[in-house]
Amino acid sequence: MSDHEYTPKSKFGKWFNDRLPLLTLANHLTDYPTPKNLNYWWTFGGILTFCLITQIVTGLVLAMHYIAHADMAFDSVEHIMRDVNYGWLIRYIHANGASMFFLAVYIHIFRSLFYGSYKAPREIIWIIGIIIYLLMMAAAFLGYVLPWGQMSFWGATVITNLFSAIPLVGEGIVTWLWGGYSVDNPTLTRFFTLHYLIPFLILGLVVLHIWALHVPGNNNPVGIDIKKPSKDTVPFHPYIVIKDGFALLMFMIVFAFFVFYTPNILGHADNYIEANPLVTPAHIVPEWYLLPFYAILRSVPDKLLGVVAMLSAILILAALPWLDTSKIRSAVFRPLYRQFYWILVADVLILGYVGAMPAEGLYLLVARVATAYYFLHFLVILPVLGWKEKTLPIPLSITEPILGGSPNLATAKNKESLNK
Amino acid sequence: MKNFFKIFSFIILFSGLSLSTQAAEKVEYLKTDWSFKGLFGKFDRAALQRGYQVYTEVCSSCHSMKYLSYRNLAEKGGPEFSIEQAKAIAASFEVKDGPNSDGDMFTRPGRLSDKFVMPYDNVQAAQAANGGAYPPDMSVLVKARGGGVDYIYSLLQGYEDPPAGVILDDGVYYNKYMYGNKIKMANQLSDGLVEYSDGTIASVEQMSKDVTTFLMWSAEPHLESRHQMGFKAIVYLIILTILVYFSMKRIWSRIETEV
Repeated sequence: MSDHEYTPKSKFGKWFNDRLPLLTLANHLTDYPTPKNLNYWWTFGGILTFCLITQIVTGLVLAMHYIAHADMAFDSVEHIMRDVNYGWLIRYIHANGASMFFLAVYIHIFRSLFYGSYKAPREIIWIIGIIIYLLMMAAAFLGYVLPWGQMSFWGATVITNLFSAIPLVGEGIVTWLWGGYSVDNPTLTRFFTLHYLIPFLILGLVVLHIWALHVPGNNNPVGIDIKKPSKDTVPFHPYIVIKDGFALLMFMIVFAFFVFYTPNILGHADNYIEANPLVTPAHIVPEWYLLPFYAILRSVPDKLLGVVAMLSAILILAALPWLDTSKIRSAVFRPLYRQFYWILVADVLILGYVGAMPAEGLYLLVARVATAYYFLHFLVILPVLGWKEKTLPIPLSITEPILGGSPNLATAKNKESLNK
Repeated sequence: MKNFFKIFSFIILFSGLSLSTQAAEKVEYLKTDWSFKGLFGKFDRAALQRGYQVYTEVCSSCHSMKYLSYRNLAEKGGPEFSIEQAKAIAASFEVKDGPNSDGDMFTRPGRLSDKFVMPYDNVQAAQAANGGAYPPDMSVLVKARGGGVDYIYSLLQGYEDPPAGVILDDGVYYNKYMYGNKIKMANQLSDGLVEYSDGTIASVEQMSKDVTTFLMWSAEPHLESRHQMGFKAIVYLIILTILVYFSMKRIWSRIETEV
């Protein structure tokens, strides 16, 4: 937060600002002191905002042409692809936009894990982020159902059936979710309604996420508290705006490549077959971004426990600020955590891979080991590491490591050898 | 900047991985050069027109194309028949219309605005006529099969005698590219089955390639404009990125740290 009081220059500005301090807000956002050593992993917040807005805008246009009816949904999507002016462009941006959104959010989350951004005093930012992530998964799943292809239909059947694992009331809940005795038109219309609602909930939470961020200010690669504003900070505008803009453009190039040259590569071919309740696809696979959790679900032989494991895998993240007992934020100064961090990254990638494979033989075994390790990381390794790990000395300010090189691994390693 | 390239290569790697997992098909499909692949890929106009001929003369007796209209045949980026040709094609089909003012259904010659006439009235009729198997609608067939064009192209040429020990029911045929190798569609193509007006020799391979090209267009009618727009969009983004990069360097040069 900038400390100085802001007064607009013009008379009207002052009159308006006294009644609704929008100009103060705008001034706060432009002046917002940001650590000057933020690296490119920090640009994904801006990229994610872009993704959300893109999804909302393209989604609005699609909703103008889409028909949420079991008999017409598939046809209306083809109508958008063929007859609506640039409908193919809008739809491919929306469909690939979901994947890009998740790609960015995973980078954003893993950045937070590496630099300890979830630790005090940023727990609320982190928890809001987890809620956003959960809502994103819900929105993505609901949206995937709307084209009413085979994967839409059977994906919806599999996921809604998970609720039947709940003892006693499970079956009733599933019927209530479906609005009938199978996935059908009532399911489709309510999924459409909810798919339309959730992005605006996310938007609201994003505002809270940023608000909560602006109270303590950004974490930074060194992970130390800094004075704001000071020699360690730069105003958000123009420094961070232009840097975020540059990163966003690079991201858009990748995005554009998918949209224009391989628009269907991230989807499943079966979703171009209209939903048919009588024919089950050979493999029912979720979209790539849900695969790690799908692997966890399938690795547990009991249905109820599988669902519990899958949900815990996400919810455990919310407890992370308290599971990680280390006082040091950035992995740069935590030599052991750094290694476990990369093992976790590999573990999640492995889970994603086995999630796409049939749940049998070696794949199932790997999925079970990887699932066990996932929980081990959060429940055992992180708490113990906080007590046992010998961390490297941390600098007193950002300027210190910058003047002596850059705040990266190389510097840390130098320090390490000097200490020896 | 170093860090930045790390991120960028990470994204590229991810893209590469997603492409390779998709490409990890077990069967080796027959390969051919598709004119519509690549950054500047375009349809071969003549192949589309020949493919339409194969579709009409061979496939259309069982397979519908419910998302195509006759007007599409004359549209840019497609087979690009002339309007007159497309009108003549449409008029050669009998379209059921109605009810008229007397409440009766009637048939009339097709118009450009009509959808492709369906071979069967409904799915049940199609199944009844084909030994219980429904010949799938072919409008988006290429996108609805894992192997895409290569799969369709191979399947059309993949009929062979079943290996020893494989027993086929009546009306079931052996195809080495079909999932499970058993297919209810008999081999449809034979050399010289259709007579191309442009003098191209109608070999099985040629017809397979032509009709698959036609199916690719029917699944992605805006493919050409997508490729063209994509190239422009990416070039634009690259130029803008370079400009923003230098602006960023300039702005950050005011403070001693490096971007």
